[in-house]
This record gives sequence, C-alpha cells and structure tokens, in this order.
Amino acid sequence: MLKTFKKGGVHPHENKLSADKQVQMLPPPLKVYIPLGQSLGAPARPLVDKGAEVKTGQLIAKGESFISANVHSSVSGKVVKIDDITDTSGYRRKAVFIETAGDDWIDTIDRSQTIVRECKLSQQEIIRKINEMGIVGLGGATFPSHVKLSVPEGKKAQTLIINGVECEPYLTADHRLMLERGEEILVGITILMKALGVNKAVIGIENNKPDAIAHMQKLAADFKGIDIVALKVKYPQGAEKQLIKAVTGREVPSQKLPIEVGCVVNNVGTAFAVYEAVQKNKPLFERVVTVTGKNVASPSNFLVRIGTPVADLIEKAGGVPENTGKIISGGPMMGKALNSTEIPVVKGTSGILLFPESDSKRVKVQPCIRCAKCVSACPMGLEPYLLEREVNAALWDEAETDRVMDCMECGSCQFTCPSGRPLLDYLRLGKNKVGQIIRSRTK
Amino acid sequence: MNQAVLFAVITLGVIGIASAAILFIVAQKFKVIEDPRIDEVADALPGANCGGCGYAGCRNFAEKIVSAGSLENLNCPVGGSNVMKQVAAIMGLVAEEKDPMVAVLRCNGSFAHAPKKVVYDGALNCQFANALYTGESGCPNGCLGLGDCVDSCAFDAMYIDEATGLPVIIEDKCTSCGACVKACPRHIIELRKKGPKSKRIFVCCVNTEKGAVARKNCEVACIGCGKCVKVCNFEAITMENNLAYINFEKCTLCRKCVEECPTNAIHELNFKPRAPKHPADKQEEVVA
Repeated sequence: MLKTFKKGGVHPHENKLSADKQVQMLPPPLKVYIPLGQSLGAPARPLVDKGAEVKTGQLIAKGESFISANVHSSVSGKVVKIDDITDTSGYRRKAVFIETAGDDWIDTIDRSQTIVRECKLSQQEIIRKINEMGIVGLGGATFPSHVKLSVPEGKKAQTLIINGVECEPYLTADHRLMLERGEEILVGITILMKALGVNKAVIGIENNKPDAIAHMQKLAADFKGIDIVALKVKYPQGAEKQLIKAVTGREVPSQKLPIEVGCVVNNVGTAFAVYEAVQKNKPLFERVVTVTGKNVASPSNFLVRIGTPVADLIEKAGGVPENTGKIISGGPMMGKALNSTEIPVVKGTSGILLFPESDSKRVKVQPCIRCAKCVSACPMGLEPYLLEREVNAALWDEAETDRVMDCMECGSCQFTCPSGRPLLDYLRLGKNKVGQIIRSRTK
Repeated sequence: MNQAVLFAVITLGVIGIASAAILFIVAQKFKVIEDPRIDEVADALPGANCGGCGYAGCRNFAEKIVSAGSLENLNCPVGGSNVMKQVAAIMGLVAEEKDPMVAVLRCNGSFAHAPKKVVYDGALNCQFANALYTGESGCPNGCLGLGDCVDSCAFDAMYIDEATGLPVIIEDKCTSCGACVKACPRHIIELRKKGPKSKRIFVCCVNTEKGAVARKNCEVACIGCGKCVKVCNFEAITMENNLAYINFEKCTLCRKCVEECPTNAIHELNFKPRAPKHPADKQEEVVA
C-alpha cells in the first residue's frame, strides 16, 4: 500500500509531456531583466548602478531584512538601467536590466563537473553560505532557505523531508533533475541535514515517476540516513503539510509551521541549488524550467538563466502555437496567467505552460447545488462553498472562524466544482481581507 | 359552586394585584429617559441608513447629534442643507451651509481609450481582480469595470455603460453618501463639490506611472507634464507622482487647464459648449 495524505485531493490529468526530454542548457540570452524582489519578503537593495560592468554570478542586490534573499547577476555584461518591469500580475516592480557580453563567470565559482561529496563547513557556516548565495525554495513559494534552516529556539527538527513529488500536471523540471543530477541532490540533502542537525531525511516521490524512484533508491544506498518513499499520485501532495502527512503521518496544526511537528520540507531543486552553492560556490542564477503544452512543437526542459524573457524560452520550444488561449507561469493548478511574454524567468518559475484556446476558458458559472464535492476535495478540510458565501457577504469574522486562512490556494475546490463556481477566487479575496484584519489587530 | 367561583376570583385578583405592583416597581426602577428630540431628528432624516454620515444608520446619527449638542462635523450628505436646516431647527441650532457634493469617476479608460490587451475570466469582483492583476488594459490604477461601486450604491445612481465599460454616476440620483468611494479598491471615485449649476473641472485620471508608460496603456491618461500647473493662476492644481490634482476649493472654473491638457485628461462638465476643437471628446465628457 503506497502512502498518501488522507483528506481531500483531486486527480487532474497528468500530461507530463516533457518527462523524457533531457534538460537542455540554453546559452545566455542577449538581455536579462533581473527583478529585485524574487523571494517572499522584502525586495533586495541594488548594489550596482547604470553602466556598471558585471560578471556572471556577481552579487547585484542585497537582501537586507531577515526574510529576504540576495540577487546575483545571471550573465556578464553591462547594466543598462534599473527600472520598473511588469511582473506576472502586470504590476510594476524594480528590476536590473543587463545587456549580455560574453559569459565571464566570477572566479570563485568551481565550474568543474566533479562531484564533491565532503562538506567541511559547520552548521552556521552552511546557513551563512546559503544566505549569501541567495538560495530560496524552488518549489514555487520562494521562501528564503536560510530562514527555513534557522530553527527557532525551543523547537527541534527531527526529519528533513525532500519534496520530489511534482504533483502539478505538465511540470517535469524536478523529475528530470532527479534523473540527471541525482547524486548532487543527495549531497545537497546531506548538507541540509547537517545544517538542521538531523540524521534522517526522506525523499517523497509520486509513483508516476518510477524511473526517478528507482534511480534515487539506487543512489541513496550510498548515503546514510536518506530514504526514498514512493507516494500514491494525488494532487496537492507537493504541498508542505500534505507531504508531511503522507510521509510521516503527522498533521501540522492549523496556522503553524512544519517545525511544530519536527519537520522541515525542501524541494529537490532547492537541494540541488544548496549543493551548488555550498560545494561549488555557485549562487542561484539559473534553474530548470519546463516549457510545455498540448500544441507546443517540442515540449522541453531548459536550464535557464534567471532574468531570461519568457518569450525566448517559448521560441526555443518551437514558438507560440496557433490557437493559444493562455500562457501560464507555473503549473496549471496554481500557476498565474501571464499578460505579456516579455516578463523574465525568476527564481520561482517552475514552468511555462501554453494552453490551447479550448482549455483556457472557464465554464459557465451556475448556482451552487450543495453537492459538497468541494468539501470532500479540500485537502485542508475547509468548506469552500460556505467560505465563498461568507466572503460574498463580507462576513470576515465568520470566514476567520471557518479557517479561511488555512486555505493554501491549491484550487482543488474549483477544479472539482460541477457548477464551475470561482471558489478559489473568493477564498483568495477572503484570505486577503482576513489577513489584513489579523495584521491590523496585532499592531 | 358559589364558593368555587369566589375562590377563583379572589386568587386571580390577588395574583393580578401582586403582578401589577411588581411591574410598577420595575418600571419605575429601570426607567429609561430618552431625549424626545432623538425621535424628532430621526424622523427628519432621510431614513436611507446609507452610512454616508459615518454612523451606523439614521437613528444612530440622530443619537449622536442630540448627545453632541452641536452640528460640528456632523452632516447628512444625502439630505443636504434642507434636512440639516430642519435638524438644526429641532436642536435650536443654526446649520452651517455646506456645499453639495457629488461622486466623480476619475478614469476615462474606456474600451476605445484603453484597449484590452488580455481577457479576464475570473470572479466578477473588482476587489479580487485588483489583488490579482492590473486589469484588461494594463493600467495599474484604472477602472476595472467589474462594478463593485454599482453594487455598493443604495440609491440606484450608478450603472456600467456597456459601450465604454466604465461606471456612470447619475448626478441627480447621487446623494454623495460615499459608499462607492469606499467600495472602489483603486480609489478612483472621489466626492467633489457639485459646483455652481453643476459645473465641474477635474483630472479624469489616477494613474501615477511615468507619462510614457501611462500613455502606452491609455491615450487619455494624465502624463504628468505639468502644463496645467503652470497655466493655473489660482494655485489650484498640484502635481504629485506624475499625476495632476485639481483642488476644488481653489478652482475658479476658468477652464484654462482644460484647453492646455495635451491628452484631454482634464474634463469639464456642464459648461456651455465652446466652439468645439475636439468634437469627439465632447461626446465623451457627456458620458463621463
């Protein structure tokens, strides 16, 4: 019997079109736009001025508050300007515009392919290094990794859980990374284990990636304390709390962090980035991005420099097919539709999805028939139909007691609703409002 | 038989007298003396319970007036001067003459002026759309056209114009209660002085982006060029964050700025038509 989480969940079509496509390394683009705020928390402060010459991997913006991450140049060349750029939502954020000239890496980066297994750094040194190299959670939430690894006083981490689930349909970036860079990931995990002071790590992988499970199992035999757990396929298993439940059977209390039950969750992509940062001195300036879609000429996985315009990637995958209705950054369940292809790849971009016109329209909204499908689909045990009504009537107190803040916006409710109701839209609005109310209370 | 009747009458009579006595004592003990003026003031108020005065309803407002004993900072925008005069008469005070106000939409990003670049398919709610993205035209400050203001209007004074995608405020029905001002997540609607014969001049844009960027999304955006500030002889126009704002207390309705504005972002309403320079724009103003 394979493990999975208990409550709720849905089964969207997997459509992993690019699962057998090897990761292609793209040459540095002609120009990059590197946003200053690429992680959760405060945006970084720029350290370079217009006209400055930068090298690949050079620190160009410093994260100054605790929850914030450094930003490094992903190409070598000249800073054209520091100006606003539209992000996925269309709102404007500050970014560094760099025109590429050659590809000149800073000297400290070890560019050899040899795998360095041994890590001599101490716990604190590892965390400092991760902070310096601008590592953030690459699963999508882009939470600065050094914050996650700094366990608050009085709490103790017992298990490190590594997320190799990739439960979003279409995306294959993590899958490919496990197949091609499995050993590096495992070394990265041992570094993370050392940083947390734990001696047990579990990699959770969904059963739709048998090749990755077999491959990682073979490699993990060499490493002490790392287990591979095959999980039953169910969305949203890649969500932190669901993964903890599936792997350990523990339930994270409402509004609490995983450390409450002695767990810390990191993505396989993050483990790989940690390996490169600590063992190779390489800052986080490139990542694997899946470019896919039903009509895309060649769905692919690319190793891309941060700041590359999305349009470049789409072109490399065969251009925008006819009848494309929607271009999404991220997976189909939680991703965001883009309003322009001139926006750059950021640390949190896991995929670019091109949806045909027919798939991108929402169905007609009809009245709620009280079938309670959304209630059984909700992995957090909420009642989305009820919360929708409360948000509609602006009953924020009731929405708070009905735990709207526990919603993680996985979209299972909206996916399963036979009346096509925009449940998630209202839940998001409710979270926004209730969050404001809660924050104003503590002031 | 007789005895039974007598017994019942006496018992009930005693219970009745005892209850009456208790009720009398309780009534005396817990008597609430309410100022009769509260009822009178509440009757004089329009009874719309719109909350435009800042209180929970008309009765709550009446209680506030009577307890305050003055009309300072207390005004019913819906009833206007007439109602406030009546209230002042009940209270034995003199009502301060207040200029009537009206809600003004400060966005002209219609389908024609700010063409759609993307299609929005989500929940039809401005608050949600605002949190999610910039809007179909790409303007981060402009009207989303999903009608939160229309829903908030208790006086049926607003509707969405199908042709422009913008809300329209029906001046005669607008009571300046301010519900739409609060409902708009982008703070586009403002209460401005109604002006003599409803003549008004205002900047019909709230975009704070740099001129070139704003212009890319909308051809009638304020580009922050500052021409209107220079031409104004009364220091009524200020420029902040690439956006001009006309102070209606200082504006003398001279209309110089309207002619000067290169993007027609400054609107004049209810003026006698001049020799039309831009006939197309005139039509827009009537709609706006």
